[in-house]
Amino acid sequence: MSDQTLDLAAIRATAPTPAAKLRKRAFGHAGFVFGAGVLLVIVAMALLAPWIAPHDPYDQVLDRKLIPPVWFDHAKATWEHPLGTDMLGRDYLSRLLYGARISLLIGFSAMAISLVIGTSLGLAAGYFGGRVDAVCSFIITTRLSMPVVLVAIAVVSLIGSSLTVVVLVLGLLIWDQFAVVTRAATMQMRQRDFVAAAETLGSSRARIIFGEILPNIAPGLIVVATIEMAHAILLEAALSFLGLGVQPPLPSWGLMIAEAKGLMFFEAWLITVPGAALFFLVLAINLLGDGLRDVTAPENRN
Amino acid sequence: MLAYVVRRLGVAVLVALTVSALTFSMIYLSGDPAVALAGEAATQADIESIRQYYGYDRPIIVQYFDWLGRALQGDFGQSHYLRAPVAEVIFERLPTTMLLGALALAFALALSIPLGVLAAIRPNSLIDRAALTLAVVGQAMPSFWFALTLVLWFGITWRLLPITGSDSWANFVMPAIALGYYVTPAVMRLTRAGMLEVLAADYIRTARAKGLRPHTVLFKHALRNAIIPVVALAAVQFGFMLGGSIVIETIFAINGLGYLAWESIQRADLPMMQAIVLVLSLFYIVLTLVADLLNAWLDPRLRTA
Repeated sequence: MSDQTLDLAAIRATAPTPAAKLRKRAFGHAGFVFGAGVLLVIVAMALLAPWIAPHDPYDQVLDRKLIPPVWFDHAKATWEHPLGTDMLGRDYLSRLLYGARISLLIGFSAMAISLVIGTSLGLAAGYFGGRVDAVCSFIITTRLSMPVVLVAIAVVSLIGSSLTVVVLVLGLLIWDQFAVVTRAATMQMRQRDFVAAAETLGSSRARIIFGEILPNIAPGLIVVATIEMAHAILLEAALSFLGLGVQPPLPSWGLMIAEAKGLMFFEAWLITVPGAALFFLVLAINLLGDGLRDVTAPENRN
Repeated sequence: MLAYVVRRLGVAVLVALTVSALTFSMIYLSGDPAVALAGEAATQADIESIRQYYGYDRPIIVQYFDWLGRALQGDFGQSHYLRAPVAEVIFERLPTTMLLGALALAFALALSIPLGVLAAIRPNSLIDRAALTLAVVGQAMPSFWFALTLVLWFGITWRLLPITGSDSWANFVMPAIALGYYVTPAVMRLTRAGMLEVLAADYIRTARAKGLRPHTVLFKHALRNAIIPVVALAAVQFGFMLGGSIVIETIFAINGLGYLAWESIQRADLPMMQAIVLVLSLFYIVLTLVADLLNAWLDPRLRTA
């Protein structure tokens, strides 16, 4: 008898805790590590922009315009402007650093708005079912049938574009995946024994929905959140590129590409640099999302 | 099946009506449309006459049903800028966008289905990993940046393709690639997942055990079944592409519906914008309807859901 107790204690002492297992899986996942690493770097760039940017991103020095980046073998290339300057003589690196703030701010805020809308609709549809589900599903279907880019552009042009308008319009448009995923996951959770147990105990509906169901479907929602944040960042860039998103002189990466479009045949790096920044940001967020899904998936736990 | 078709059709009609109401109310987003149309130098009398001319003085609900009734007869009103019937201009531009969408879809399917099949035949092989990398990279590339990069390489550096216009087939090569590649990852993943599932099924083992050639098993038995959801997805993605072609058409100056939408937005041509949003939404509604009915017809389990 005492032998057995001892054995169990020994096993407990040597076995890794669930948290340690999760860490091990996370750090063993190349995509997750790469995505998290790159995202951390970009977030740090955005937060530290006022301190690490070599110049003011709005400062126009017309006699220093269109200096190529340092990797070009060019007489004008200088370490004072590592990524060169644009057609108004503004330091490209400084604009890129401040631009990270806009992409992250819009991506995160639009995602947060759509998270609230989509999750509420999905929880209501999945938990109550029946008529509530029919109404919510109808709203989701209607939203899905309207082309996002076109509607966003039309609405922004009618209201007048600003950072707030772009965030609101995108947030109000991209909640569909949250709703679809939450609805399906809630329907599954609704059948589980612990929900029935909570109902038997007399828990209120709000307590069951937010205390029992929501925490259990949260991992899936985090994955959707990464996808939608990347989606919002790409949409903002596309809107700004078309001149209907963030307005000049703000250094949005999409706007930087739009401003350089006329010069791209002569100075291709002007579109390559902000484009590459967008690409790496979206790639990092997508890899982080894929990684989180793999790492938290129950079938990968052992 | 009939009950399902009727229910699904009913939902489609209701969605279409809701979309039309939302599209109609769009013109009130900017405040008073008469003021917006009149411009900054207009007097109160100008605004009033514009309001009466376009009927903005009537109750909104009357305006909506009037607009809807005409739209159902194919009359979307007059373009404020082009001074031509909106429907006429749209039907003139629509074929170009459809052609672009079809070419983009063809490119996406031609790339993603073979890759998905190859990846499924040898999971975790080099091909599988390469296809997955391609999907991850493709999904992260902003379409307008990818389009501009194509222009730089094929249009400027190598001078292989024309960079603007829509006059010859060569004009459509880059736009179709730029529009289609975004769909490739989704189609590829679905093909791969479908093939993996089907290849593990008992009837495939039976077919192999009968001694059929691997080739026959793969294409006649496996792909035929795995391709069903891909067809439905392709229909839905085609709708997405029609809606998303605005960016690509603007870059390549392709004279389609997307470019028209962008021009109309620049010119504050409200009737044109409304009609384009409505037409593209209707296309999407019809395409998803077809996809759902196709799925239900091929997979009876879905009919009761």
